[in-house]
Amino acid sequence: MKKISEVELFASGHRACAGCGCVLAMRHILKALGKDVIISQATGCMEVVSTLYPETSWRVPWIHVAFENAAAVASGVEAALKKLGKKWIKSVAIAGDGGTADIGLQALSGMVERGHNCLFICYDNEAYMNTGIQRSGLTPFGTWTTTTPIGRERRGEDRPKKDIPAIIAAHGAPYVATASVAYPFDLVEKVKKAAAIEGPTYIQIHAACTPGWRIDTAKSIEVMRMAVLTGAWILYEIENGKLKVTFKPPKRRPVADYLKMQGRFRHLTDEEIAGIQKMVDEQCKRFGID
Amino acid sequence: MKEVISANEAAAIAAKLARVKVISAYPITPQTAIVEKLSEFVADGELDAEFIKVESEHSALSACVGAAAAGVRTFTATSSQGLMLMSEILFVASGLRLPLVMANANRSLSAPLSIWCDQQDSFAVRDSGWLQIYCENSQEVLDSILQAYRISEQALLPVMVCFDGYILTHTAEPVDVPDQKEVDEFLPPYKYPYSLDPEKPVTIGAVGVPEYYEEFRYMLHEAVAASREKLVEVDEEFGRRFGRRFGLIERYFSDDADIVLVTAGSLSGTIKDVVDDYRAKGESVGHLRIRVFRPFPSDDIVDALKNAKVVAVLEKDISLGYGGAIFTDLAAAFANRGRKPPLMINFICGLGGRDVSPMDIREAVRQSASALQAGEVKRNVRWLGLREKILGLRA
Repeated sequence: MKKISEVELFASGHRACAGCGCVLAMRHILKALGKDVIISQATGCMEVVSTLYPETSWRVPWIHVAFENAAAVASGVEAALKKLGKKWIKSVAIAGDGGTADIGLQALSGMVERGHNCLFICYDNEAYMNTGIQRSGLTPFGTWTTTTPIGRERRGEDRPKKDIPAIIAAHGAPYVATASVAYPFDLVEKVKKAAAIEGPTYIQIHAACTPGWRIDTAKSIEVMRMAVLTGAWILYEIENGKLKVTFKPPKRRPVADYLKMQGRFRHLTDEEIAGIQKMVDEQCKRFGID
Repeated sequence: MKEVISANEAAAIAAKLARVKVISAYPITPQTAIVEKLSEFVADGELDAEFIKVESEHSALSACVGAAAAGVRTFTATSSQGLMLMSEILFVASGLRLPLVMANANRSLSAPLSIWCDQQDSFAVRDSGWLQIYCENSQEVLDSILQAYRISEQALLPVMVCFDGYILTHTAEPVDVPDQKEVDEFLPPYKYPYSLDPEKPVTIGAVGVPEYYEEFRYMLHEAVAASREKLVEVDEEFGRRFGRRFGLIERYFSDDADIVLVTAGSLSGTIKDVVDDYRAKGESVGHLRIRVFRPFPSDDIVDALKNAKVVAVLEKDISLGYGGAIFTDLAAAFANRGRKPPLMINFICGLGGRDVSPMDIREAVRQSASALQAGEVKRNVRWLGLREKILGLRA
């Protein structure tokens, strides 16, 4: 039987919403990493809910500087560790989808291109949730957010997600992976693997936001799992350029099963859902799932 | 050892002598020679440091913040647009109370794009919580950077050492370069009491809710103000060890002068020449150079100007729609002390690389003398050396 560390390096008592997928991601990331890490975190939900002075949830050394620069801060931490001869400590950056794919992309690209021995983890809840549900470059096609409202002329987000794992892999990063909070063993193994690699590595974790996705707080794991079971979110890794799907849903469910669980998609017509199904099918074909 | 070097080389040598462990910088004119020189030092093994060739100035300072928090001495250098891009992190760095030292080659701000000298860049970030030192020459650049590390690491505040682009960065002059051994004795190894360490985890950069935020800002304000004593103390010790000290301000025939010309940076050299000419003719003109602008040495300045009848501030910056930064603070300094201010005139000059010649300075003295005669100043913000023809003010 696979085991996950029982040591809790992310303390409870934080201020995340009930059912928050992202905070579970933080908990599992730290279980995988252990104590010998320095976390550089971007501004965002997980920073805000975990470090309201004078309290902190972090039982590991942790620094927050700004929104767009987690990768640059982590680069500096790594360079310092090198000079201090503390090779056993891993420099890890954590950011949300905005701090990764939009405002944080330049610093992330620099960190990877320069080959820092850093792991960058994106917890992807698919919009700017900390500011109250605005679309980001990782908001999926058709999604309602407060800046992609459902009106007479426009109906939700009109662009697909930006493919950050492919962008990072194109930099020549030795390890890139996706994970889901609903699959903690897969997540923990990937974080362990990425952290053990000497060089820049990247993991993007699908993590539910209950108010942002408009879902029942008790259902967040089920919703995240359904994303994987429908192929809307694919679990894979790209190791030295070689793609491997780490979990193939046994019998792929229709994407409607995933969309219909969430208020952010409730405006979708059958026709629009069919369009999204087509996009998901193409994506699954590309990854060799079907 | 005496070497003939530019301010850029002096800055790079100072960083090397300070044994910095992480350098993180991005090229920008006219600072680029600093990062080139440091790259050579690292490539030749003369300096045992990691040089992070970042993709922007924003990341340059961010990486320094990370490295300083992780426990090593850092260095970065920038200028103009680069400083503006860094500005978000400037405020964070001081708020985190991290010891950091930065060289800023003073250059104008776009638009219009200009790579030439003025001081609008660093004066624009005067409220960032960084201590600011303005140097007159390359020797002072080297010495001030060494002093800055001592001050920064003791006061837990970041320090910006500023020097005029081209005028200093690209002009070679003799500089006394101290021995490594002497510098090592002056500058103990870096130590940050709250560094990021798994054996003793700390959280740096927490959220400050309204119940705490204001106290953090108050403490930072008090620390910046209190750093005045540290600046004086370190400068004095530096003087004892190396035979050179600079003070927070420099008085040049200012104590008894009717007209005192005030400035910061390399313009001081030209002003001193002009003052010498006036003094040779027996005219009561003096000069006061502001070396440290943050914390603003207001008491020192008010005391130094107590006999002045006209104070003319010549500065290469402008708070658009109002006046210059030095002038504004100087006027406030008199008000804060409850002292009746002398007649004050603000001369905005030398923007975007416009040369400020002895002739311009003499014009400032002439206008100051007229004000003295009239006993009043009608228009206190004036521009020196404007080309009126271009403005259509004169055919």
